[in-house]
Amino acid sequence: MSITDFLTDLFNPNLAFLPKALAIAVMSSIVCGVVGCYVVLRGMAFIGDAVAHAVFPGIAVAFVLQGSLVLGGAVAGVATALLIAIFSQNRRVKEDSIIGVFLVGAFALGIVIISQAPGYAGSLQQFLFGSITGIPDRDVYVVGGAGLVILGLVLALHKEFVAVCLDREMSRSMGLPVFWLDIVLYVLVTLAVVISLQTIGNILVLALLITPAAAARLLTDRLGVMMLLAPVIGGSAAVIGLYLSWSYDTPVGGTIVLIATAVFLAAWLLAPRHGLLAKRWRRVGAARPPRRHRQRLPGRSP
Amino acid sequence: MNELEVDQLEVDLGGRPVLRDINLRLDRGELVGLLGPNGAGKTTLLRAILALTSIRSGRVLVGGKPSRPGRCEIGYVPQRHEFTWDFPISVEQAVLSGRTGRMGLFRRPGVADWRAVGAALDRVQLTELRRRPVGELSGGQRQRVLVARALALAPRILLLDEPFTGLDMPTQELLGDLFMSLAGAEHAVLMTTHDLVAAVDTCSRLVLLNGRIIADGHPADLQDAALWTTTFGVSDNSPLLKLVKAI
Ligand SMILES: Nc1ncnc2c1ncn2[C@@H]1O[C@H](COP(=O)(O)OP(=O)(O)OP(=O)(O)O)[C@@H](O)[C@H]1O
Ligand SMILES: [Mg+2]
Repeated sequence: MSITDFLTDLFNPNLAFLPKALAIAVMSSIVCGVVGCYVVLRGMAFIGDAVAHAVFPGIAVAFVLQGSLVLGGAVAGVATALLIAIFSQNRRVKEDSIIGVFLVGAFALGIVIISQAPGYAGSLQQFLFGSITGIPDRDVYVVGGAGLVILGLVLALHKEFVAVCLDREMSRSMGLPVFWLDIVLYVLVTLAVVISLQTIGNILVLALLITPAAAARLLTDRLGVMMLLAPVIGGSAAVIGLYLSWSYDTPVGGTIVLIATAVFLAAWLLAPRHGLLAKRWRRVGAARPPRRHRQRLPGRSP
Repeated sequence: MNELEVDQLEVDLGGRPVLRDINLRLDRGELVGLLGPNGAGKTTLLRAILALTSIRSGRVLVGGKPSRPGRCEIGYVPQRHEFTWDFPISVEQAVLSGRTGRMGLFRRPGVADWRAVGAALDRVQLTELRRRPVGELSGGQRQRVLVARALALAPRILLLDEPFTGLDMPTQELLGDLFMSLAGAEHAVLMTTHDLVAAVDTCSRLVLLNGRIIADGHPADLQDAALWTTTFGVSDNSPLLKLVKAI
């Protein structure tokens, strides 16, 4: 399918779900890209995973009660994020085991709840792998509004988040509210995950959080640049992924994630300073003396 | 009035006594070395001074007032491994992060903040490297970044946790000179170290600590071998004592 066909479909009133899906996918990728920078730099990927799973029972309840899925997920996710933040303050408790137990438990709860709803198999598939149909109009505004709130908070608290990432001990001594900053960050991660669930699905949402930020990290040593690059990578992956998924009838979440993964691999190979090829190239350059120098080596001239 | 005053301090950690009967005074112009074996409570004492750990009894006064986090009189230089060195941030931004608490929530750095960063970088001679990512610095340069970050608050007291560990002699000397000149410039400096030679060479006073304070005085007044065997729990023919005799 050509780009023009895709554009025609986008504006086709009979396919009204398509622009909605595109808007939500792009907005959530941008938000995930920005928030994901903190997740990557702090090594919080596991917490992102836990939250993504813990959101599931909330969504299941919302589904059974016919409520807003975004809202149901947000409530369950935030509750989990708070619990994790509280547990992880006490560094003597092995937090990763607690998170591990908890996320699988929450997921199991979600499966049991959703099995109570008639015809759940199709919905289950939708939750797990994402879908571009069946998105209510309201959700576009909910996602847009939530996205703006998240980005606003990131902008407002950026220097505090950076300080805590850099050095918790020093941050405490400066009188920063480290515990509350942790909670706010976890809640932001949760909200970013929740607004992305619709299109990407529960299983793959972690990729939206981690992959663009990790690719951006490979491309730059400057935090500001990284936090601009990551949403650009995520947003582009969403557009290209949706286009390909629409053209070739592939699952949308999987396609978007594959595009993001391809960008990551390309960055890993081609990054200007730390990429594999740049390193290889530098090593070759260092092993071979410069040309002029070589010609002057003694005993070589005829 | 002393810049720093620790009275009858007692600290427990995990239900065990760690510090007992700590009395310590520190004035401007002093560079005090805190010596003791692993687990002696050196880091704990610094954290208690910063009010980062709860104390069982006693008190810590900074400039005459009880210590609490966020007071700008104290600059803290934690051990190098506390810092996330692979973070994508430049030297000057890392130093600026030391002023995050002072700037206040939701505020952006202003002229005064960047001036303070510039002065701190000058002080530790890192101005030339200020745009370098922190991940691309040597151990000694990293230590200077942490010192500059503490100095960015223009504190009167400087607490350094093992600033010499893992550094070669020339770098140790450079840092030692820096700390001496900071003390000379009216700072009160307290540093923990495992490096006896550097401590004797730079410090105006040594405090021997092992759960409690075993000795406190000018290096030349700490010749008594018993003080050192008690502090470090070594035998009478330990190489440590030969080193002490050579002071
Ligand atoms: N969070 C904690 N909970 C319980 N005990 C602790 C904790 N942190 C430290 N301790 C104990 O307190 C004692 C003092 O530790 P501290 O870190 O202050 O020693 P140190 O003198 O700095 O040692 P080092 O030279 O190894 O840095 C040690 O015996 C240690 O086991
Ligand atoms: Mg220590």
